Amino acid sequence: MRTIRAAAAVTVISALVAISGCGGGSSTDGSGSNESPKTLTYWASNQGPNIEADKKILTPELKKFEKETGIKVKLEVIPWSDLLNRILAATSSGQGPDVLNIGNTWSASLQATGALLPWDQKNFDAIGGRDRFVDSAVASAGAEGKDPAAVPLYSLAYALYYNKKMFADAGISQPPATWDQLVADGKKISKGGKWALGAEGGNLANNIHQVFVLAKQHNADFFDSAGKPTFTSDGAVAAVKQYVDFMAKDKIVAPGNAEYAQNQSLQDFARGKTAMVLWQAAASTFAAQGMKPADWGVAPVPVQQGAPGTGANTNSMVAGINIAVFNNTKNVDGAKKFVKFMTSDAEQKLLNKTYGSIPPVTAAQQDPAFAAPDLKVLRDTLSTSAAPLPQVPTESQFETTVGTAVKELWADAAAGRPVTTASVKERLNKAQQQMQQ
Amino acid sequence: MTTTVTPGRTGPADSGERVGKGDARRRMPRIPDRIRHGGLPYLLLLPAVLLELLIHLIPMVIGIVMSFRQLTQFYIRNWGEAPWTAFDNYRIAVDFSPPIGEDLLNSFLVTCAFTVLAVGLSWLFGVAAAIMMQENFRGRGLLRAVFLTPYALPVYAAVITWAFMFQRDNGMINHVLHDQLGLTDQPSFWLIGDNAFFAVVVVAVWKSWPFAFLIVMAGLQNIPRELYEAAAIDGAGVWQQIRKITLPSLRPVNQVLVLVLFLWTFNDFNTPYVLFGRAAPEAADLISVHIYQSSFVTWNFGQGSAMSVLLLLFLLVVTAVYLLLTSRTPRGASRTRKSADA
Repeated sequence: MRTIRAAAAVTVISALVAISGCGGGSSTDGSGSNESPKTLTYWASNQGPNIEADKKILTPELKKFEKETGIKVKLEVIPWSDLLNRILAATSSGQGPDVLNIGNTWSASLQATGALLPWDQKNFDAIGGRDRFVDSAVASAGAEGKDPAAVPLYSLAYALYYNKKMFADAGISQPPATWDQLVADGKKISKGGKWALGAEGGNLANNIHQVFVLAKQHNADFFDSAGKPTFTSDGAVAAVKQYVDFMAKDKIVAPGNAEYAQNQSLQDFARGKTAMVLWQAAASTFAAQGMKPADWGVAPVPVQQGAPGTGANTNSMVAGINIAVFNNTKNVDGAKKFVKFMTSDAEQKLLNKTYGSIPPVTAAQQDPAFAAPDLKVLRDTLSTSAAPLPQVPTESQFETTVGTAVKELWADAAAGRPVTTASVKERLNKAQQQMQQ
Repeated sequence: MTTTVTPGRTGPADSGERVGKGDARRRMPRIPDRIRHGGLPYLLLLPAVLLELLIHLIPMVIGIVMSFRQLTQFYIRNWGEAPWTAFDNYRIAVDFSPPIGEDLLNSFLVTCAFTVLAVGLSWLFGVAAAIMMQENFRGRGLLRAVFLTPYALPVYAAVITWAFMFQRDNGMINHVLHDQLGLTDQPSFWLIGDNAFFAVVVVAVWKSWPFAFLIVMAGLQNIPRELYEAAAIDGAGVWQQIRKITLPSLRPVNQVLVLVLFLWTFNDFNTPYVLFGRAAPEAADLISVHIYQSSFVTWNFGQGSAMSVLLLLFLLVVTAVYLLLTSRTPRGASRTRKSADA
């Protein structure tokens, strides 16, 4: 009997020790080791039409890498909706992949967790140097003044896609270059069940991308230089109001767009219900919906006046995907080799061509494939008139709070409730207070 | 009259059986000694205790500890180092003036209204359908299977289908209400604005009434048919039979059913999350998604934990009060039944 009791006690104690060992997360602060030099795990974000397509695109490239280096890469493609939560879980448990893709708007937030390998001079040298990359893309990979938390992989920018036939039917010969022109053209188009502009009112991230650009055009930002939120500044309020007014006042956005969050505005565009959308690299989606390249045109996103440029004439956020290394990788050298491979000129050309994005590597951008009319607009935007979203640790909260405020304002507009400067300010004030708690 | 619902009746029968099994008693004469002196019962309980510790108690304790810390993205990697904040997270959660406390209160009230409506309607439909299904008629089996379909479907797939149906421009709900029946002047929004509350209630009721139906149907099997026959001879109508026989006999089943439905509905995460995404409209901002948003979307895990602890306390208190009240009723209930029988 004594043996049974002793065994029971040992079982309880060892179970408790095992459990207490699980809590608290990893406290490793180093930058990985080389315990398993022959294998890597890679979490790729879902870039293509679906996960299977991504696997098909990436697997031959990973085989190529294995042939070159002898390192086997285990691939997992993760949908966007799950990626951030998966990264958070990996960060808190310390059990993450070796290499992963992150959205570049999350860079500063994830940088603050300390889970990602910082890309200092030495690490950049290991992949061919920092100056191989477009400046604005590197700027979107971490907070200013700190070593970036990731390396740019695929770059994207916003453009104005328009339906040529709908424009011709309304007697419009040129795509609009300013918002006033867009509203004037929009009023000509918005009749008989057709609408001028598409929006994704329920998509928080998309709301943020649009109002960020408009705020820049009103000489405002959502954060001050110290990283404190300034959501209620006159410029920010004017930007949000201008965006929602496309539905509330100008009536060029269909009310139903207020609840769109699954890219339904692209379907409306492809079906000829909507004449314009503001989107990043939409060509492959339009093709998948049966549109021919000749049916649509691409122009830079409008500005308040003049031509696109920096400052008040910024017309896109720097969109894109970065590649990062998990700090406690067991194959830090292999991980860097893999980043070098994925950002090599050859892979950059191949992968960006396949995904319809722009290479953030300057040399790869010279490939003629990226000089097609739509990609040229995106490329020029990236290099001359795009700005990264505020690289602050609270970016993720900003996306949620302000994105939700804009969503609620869309709902007001759709329901016919007035959207005024005061109501916009009230919503943004609430969002700002949520940030400060 | 109360043979099936009186718990005391099973006790003597059990002991009678045990007395009858003389062989077993002879084979294990020393069990009482072992129980007194040995650790066998504890050893047998050990796996359950360990699992309970692992699955419930330890995560709960970790959650409570987190609620006293300022746990944000800066400390997620090593949350043991997050600064202590004493009761700050709780203070912010219950301070109703700034947005966080105000939103939590709004979310709590919305959830209360949602729960009362969804549980009430699920129960009502479940009881009504179960009573109807008591009668033997052609196609009863098929109808029962159809009624249970929502319970058998994967929640995510079912709710996402509802989300499609509720879409303003292309959804079936507006197609029927507006295009076919002409009940509304223009197509309504169901996934944004105030109507979102009704949308989430409809889906929750659709999802949970088959469970009520199933449980009540099982409960009805235990009511002796003679009661109805005797009542019918005495001249009681259908409605009187339901009121005087069915509902009182179902009381123990209903007590458990309503409690389970209440807990599931109050904590329901899948329905609002799949229907509205991570930012639900204010009118349908149910508390589970609200807490999820505080924790995982705005990366304030400390505050999310504090809100979870408050929710847990609320549910514990409500459950305790409910159990206290309902555990007293059987005596009253049996009195009612006796007077009804008389």
